[in-house]
Amino acid sequence: MTQLDRIRNFSIVAHIDHGKSTLADRLIQMTGTVAERDMKAQMLDSMDIERERGITIKANTVRIEYPAKDGNTYILNLIDTPGHVDFAYEVSRSMRAVEGSLLVVDASQGVEAQTLANVYQALDAGHEIVPVLNKIDLPAAEPDRVKAQIEDVIGLDASDAVPISAKSGMGIPDVLEAIVTRLPSPKGDRDAPLKAMLVDSWYDAYLGVVVMIRVMDGVIRKGDRVKMMQTGAVYGIDRLAVLKPQMVDIPELGPGEIGVLTASIKQVRDTRVGDTITHERKGTDTPLPGFKPAQPVVFCGLFPVDANDFEALRDAIEKLALNDASFSYEMETSAALGFGFRCGFLGLLHLEVIRDRLEREYDLDLITTAPSVVFKLHMKDGEVRDLHNPADMPDLTYVEHIEEPRIKATIMVPDEYLGDILKLCQDRRGIQQDLSYAGSRAMVVYDLPLAEVVFDFYDRLKSVTKGYASFDYTISEYREDNLVKMSILVNDEPVDALSMMVHRDRAETRGRVMVEKLKELIPRHMFKIPIQAAIGGRVIARETLSAMRKDVTAKCYGGDASRKRKLLDKQKAGKKKMRQFGKVEIPQEAFISALKMDS
Amino acid sequence: MEDWRNGGFGLYLHWPFCQSKCPYCDFNSHVAASVDQKRWEMAFLAEIDRIGAETQGRVLNTVFFGGGTPSLMDPELVAAILERVRSTWIMANDLEVTLEANPGSVEAGRFRGFSEAGVNRVSMGVQSLQDEHLRRLGRLHSVADAKRAFDIARSVFDRVSFDLIYARQDQTLDDWRSELGEALSMAVDHLSLYQLTVEDGTAFGDRLARGGLKGLPSDDLGADMYAVTQDLCEAAGMPAYEVSNHARPGAESRHNRIYWQGGDYAGIGPGAHGRLTLGDVRWATVAERMPDAWLTRAEAGFGELPREAMTVGEQADEYLIMGLRLSEGLEMARLERMQTAPAPAKIEELTRMGMIELTQGRLRATAEGRIVLNSVIAALAA
Repeated sequence: MTQLDRIRNFSIVAHIDHGKSTLADRLIQMTGTVAERDMKAQMLDSMDIERERGITIKANTVRIEYPAKDGNTYILNLIDTPGHVDFAYEVSRSMRAVEGSLLVVDASQGVEAQTLANVYQALDAGHEIVPVLNKIDLPAAEPDRVKAQIEDVIGLDASDAVPISAKSGMGIPDVLEAIVTRLPSPKGDRDAPLKAMLVDSWYDAYLGVVVMIRVMDGVIRKGDRVKMMQTGAVYGIDRLAVLKPQMVDIPELGPGEIGVLTASIKQVRDTRVGDTITHERKGTDTPLPGFKPAQPVVFCGLFPVDANDFEALRDAIEKLALNDASFSYEMETSAALGFGFRCGFLGLLHLEVIRDRLEREYDLDLITTAPSVVFKLHMKDGEVRDLHNPADMPDLTYVEHIEEPRIKATIMVPDEYLGDILKLCQDRRGIQQDLSYAGSRAMVVYDLPLAEVVFDFYDRLKSVTKGYASFDYTISEYREDNLVKMSILVNDEPVDALSMMVHRDRAETRGRVMVEKLKELIPRHMFKIPIQAAIGGRVIARETLSAMRKDVTAKCYGGDASRKRKLLDKQKAGKKKMRQFGKVEIPQEAFISALKMDS
Repeated sequence: MEDWRNGGFGLYLHWPFCQSKCPYCDFNSHVAASVDQKRWEMAFLAEIDRIGAETQGRVLNTVFFGGGTPSLMDPELVAAILERVRSTWIMANDLEVTLEANPGSVEAGRFRGFSEAGVNRVSMGVQSLQDEHLRRLGRLHSVADAKRAFDIARSVFDRVSFDLIYARQDQTLDDWRSELGEALSMAVDHLSLYQLTVEDGTAFGDRLARGGLKGLPSDDLGADMYAVTQDLCEAAGMPAYEVSNHARPGAESRHNRIYWQGGDYAGIGPGAHGRLTLGDVRWATVAERMPDAWLTRAEAGFGELPREAMTVGEQADEYLIMGLRLSEGLEMARLERMQTAPAPAKIEELTRMGMIELTQGRLRATAEGRIVLNSVIAALAA
């Protein structure tokens, strides 16, 4: 139990590569939280994928004890938050769990798009923000220019920005002092009924489900019986701890404190990020505001390359799902791909992360089909059906109309890229709703079909603006539009895994791009292969992949036999990574690459 | 397991030295300042004795001196080796002894000596009939040198073949047509015509990886050149009997046919590969690759690395890879004996596509199939 005024809770907002993880490492190191010999780079990013991609997927936290210059020892809780739009809801919850942020900006690079999106999240959460200029020791550092930029673009006073070099450790003591002196301490009523926010939860092989909480009011103790207000489930607390970053048991957590608990919760699924935890008896009746249930918005099929791996895939998916409530799945059969699963995700990054984890942690080779959104089919008999998979599209004669999810997208972009952004949104069937300026940055609000955003909108956005755009969206509504199912035929055989829902007016363009892409992605065969896009029985685009002309080894004598045999073995292994459609072999990467729209 | 007899038994001897390394060559060749030929002789003889003891009583059909540049060997060395060969195995009546020769003037001076030692066929690395291209291929000889050496070879040996490399940088279809025409007018009875293949680990490979080596023909042009090659050679009475080899009927390289027909061959010398059927086992043998290390090993009594016993599956794959290169194809019954013959449906499909044909018990690649043979083999082996 710590006095409120001796607690500071904060997060770090930074663009990738601007030094967020290094700074976190330094703070941990300089306060002796982790012994020197146990330090590994990027302490907090625990998943391999996080460390590799330099992104944070799960919220992480560390409790640091810091003896400040005023003679008092403070508890500093750092929550490391996810930084991607797919996890915007998780970010907003993490932000609500702390009172302040360090805004880390690379003194040579300046403010970038991702920084902006996250800093607005922090401002929304009412944070006090301390700007920190990192990499100040680089010859290219321009602290004054970057300070001015922070003031212009974000509207923050940067005159007291803390200059540091996270790499060398320079300025780190100043950061620690600034956290204590410039960030507010949390508020809360120790005597009020317990209100704790469920910030995140994950599965630990030894401990089961671990729940990260921030206590707002009241006190939570080991052994307490608590209720999750959204699910109504009641648990007895087995263990209460803080993370340093390894778990250290603690008898109780009071207002303003951040810690973790275990309570014989079987599945991460049983916990809801943003839920309010209170006591079973004498608990509060009013949950914390802002809870939203996780809602998968992007769906795709995951199939094992080797049909024999289906059971292994099922096991892996079940295990991953236990640890990720936002990920849904159900079994699916595809004529082309056999048995697999139709899975739902928060967004495309979430999809890629899950797929990577399945492939890596469970050693599976997977085929990923075209991502799609959930369409609502209004049938002539009045029934409304959810369509998760274009392959399941019923005969149009039974369908009255089709609705698709729309989003409200907010894009912040420097003036000079505005034209490109407007064009991109227009190309994706967007309807402009607002356009305003903040300094030299424009803010546009578009109403867009989610289906047009799920493939590669974010990639396109980044590339047309050289990364200087921030993008966020919320799902607004379902709306009717003229949507049709486009099928792809390879060598006259429909490939169900490549079928997609498109707007009729754009079908031809999309079909053309698809068949051209597939022509590049499918290797030449011994025969020519027609590749067609069709709506119903009508072909709307066609390409022909010409037959392979030459594929023969010029020299093959006694000394070459062994080598050629090994090459053949490799080829056989490579074939296993292909899918056979009639006589045609399609490499697995074609299924997702075909959908990216470069034009 | 006596199937190897269909292919015969040959001896391959590897001489690993060259005057310079050609930029396209991925063979086991080395440039050495001086070579103690006497020491090499003792090593070769010891290895012949060792393999001879394992294959006692066999009839030897062919001997092939490959390299490297075996025409750099002293004729005395070649003579000593062949003498030991003759005393080790029973010589076939039509014993073929081939030596690969560089068409330079120095080598030509040794031809008489090689012939007296028992060599009755030379295969000359002419590579191009255009000086500009010889230079780009890193060859030290000129076209005039090559023609002179070729004339000498014709007067000395019963059989002379030469190699050309086509699909070179900046070569047009017409260039190749006229060059091949000239070659055919010179040719005696055998020609090896190879499309330039850029292999990893060669100077050309490095250059290509760095974005250099411009002007290589597209696959389409390569395919057209191959087709022109087939047409011209056939019209000249030298049809392809293998993917890259052309001969008047009866003048095929008997030694190389042993490889393609799945025969047995002993490999002696640095990096040499062999296939030996001993009892019930077909062994894949390979000798130590580095010349000095091989020499030391051979002197100690065993130049080879540990042998590998081939599984029937490996034997079947190899028979497919090698056998389908020949115009005459492979013997289906033999493939079936290896218990991993391609599924009849596969054969039927590829037949329907016009890639292969199965007649009178032999499986052959058609002209259409041969130019995409790697894909055909992959389809059959899958």
